[in-house]
Amino acid sequence: MSIDGELPKRQLAQARLGNRRGAVMEFSAADTCLDIQGLTLAYGGKTALKDLTLRIPRHRVTAFIGPSGCGKSTLLRALNRLHDLNEDVSRHGQIHLDGHDIHDPRVAVAELRRRVGMVFQAPNPFPMSIYDNVAFGLRLQGGLSKRRIDDVVEWALKSAALWDEVKGRLRASAWSLSGGQQQRLVIARTLAVEPEVLLLDEPASALDPISTLKIEELIRTLKPHLTLVLVTHNMQQAARVSDYTAFLHNGELVEYGPTDTLFTHPRLRRTENYITGRMVG
Amino acid sequence: MDITSDTHSQHISRQFNHELEELKTHLMAMGGLVEKQVQDAVSSLLDADSALASRVVDNDRAVNDMQVKIDDECTRVLARRQPAASDLRLVLAVIRAASDLERIGDEASKIARNAIELVDGNNGTRGFVEVRNISEHVRHMMRDALTSFARFDTELAMQVVQEDERVDSEYQSAMRSLMTFMMEDARSISPVLGIMWILRALERVGDHANNLAEYVIYLVKGLDIRHIDPDDLNQELLDDSSTS
Repeated sequence: MSIDGELPKRQLAQARLGNRRGAVMEFSAADTCLDIQGLTLAYGGKTALKDLTLRIPRHRVTAFIGPSGCGKSTLLRALNRLHDLNEDVSRHGQIHLDGHDIHDPRVAVAELRRRVGMVFQAPNPFPMSIYDNVAFGLRLQGGLSKRRIDDVVEWALKSAALWDEVKGRLRASAWSLSGGQQQRLVIARTLAVEPEVLLLDEPASALDPISTLKIEELIRTLKPHLTLVLVTHNMQQAARVSDYTAFLHNGELVEYGPTDTLFTHPRLRRTENYITGRMVG
Repeated sequence: MDITSDTHSQHISRQFNHELEELKTHLMAMGGLVEKQVQDAVSSLLDADSALASRVVDNDRAVNDMQVKIDDECTRVLARRQPAASDLRLVLAVIRAASDLERIGDEASKIARNAIELVDGNNGTRGFVEVRNISEHVRHMMRDALTSFARFDTELAMQVVQEDERVDSEYQSAMRSLMTFMMEDARSISPVLGIMWILRALERVGDHANNLAEYVIYLVKGLDIRHIDPDDLNQELLDDSSTS
């Protein structure tokens, strides 16, 4: 590979100027974790997502941003079929996880949700001990020895950067933890069943700034092992933790690009207006 | 996406609009002062006015103070607003532009100090034609660079970038002709060197004006064109990289 200085000058200019056009997001099939094709979703008669097509890259953090009601949480929930519980929802279009249609009748929803875990805005630990919270999914799967469960619980709590804070009181109630610890416990509970994708819906919006930074640092450390998708109202958070950002407005995908590009020179005025605090219109 | 000069006044937070407007206003005020410094420095030589030259040297402190103040304001906006996209580019462009204006101020005071020596030494007007020509050229560049900043006018900024090459070649040819003076008459070496320092300072002013123009392109189009040959930067290339 030649270095910049060896390129003909014209090419150098093209390369530099071309950099800012990185907003077209094309990932190869191998780099794609979730492939969303022409997804339209309506609640009752109301369309929440309009013909969305985007690819979410593997082992990267992708953030969905947009004003309230833009469809970002709806899109996130569609990725592990949470809308199945709602009979009012109608859907067109496909979502492929590693090349397989998640709506294929042969797909077991429980298994899909193990592979695509989800963490919500308010920490929701179960009313049981710290240990039992993390072991819950493992016991549900069955067939694991007590020893094996111990190991996985420790591994999951370490992965969620909570182990050092709770290792002496694993039998204490999960409710005795602080909000930030509870949120990391919920992440540990999700990690225990070894998901491939972690969906995070405003995971830090109820937390204080220090707990928020811990969650953000956790997201960074999980990236080599997982594909992460984050919904957030906090644009600085999207800018800090994500590799790619998708801006949604009125159920449409407005702009999707590398976070560096989107936050320094977005392609479209609507994106610029939103991320800089102007009326989107 | 290109932005326009009123882009920064459309935030939901009017206070933020105000802060960004202030940055631009203060940068323009600094630009005005620096422009006058260069003009006065050159006039002090051409009109043999060493009192004016001393005032230019004294005024450099005011230029420095303005840079510190603008830097302070930019730091505050960065810390409190965490600007993104065109707002971030504006703050960065203003910080960089203030630094180039401060350096132009230094060059003006360099010109004035040399003018004091030349005027006091009563050395005649050798090289004044070259100083007049190049100074008019770089002052024109400065004015256009500041105007392009005020109006977010990338076409005018591109003209400044292209103009800089012409100033550089004028400077080279002035240097060659002054060198012949020195070879012909050894007694002229000292005063001609003084003129050469002044021309060198003016050429640097042109370079800084060129930088200001590059920041305008960055600010408006999000394109960093530093260190790219202007011949490789045609309007078409700049245009097709933006989508509205």
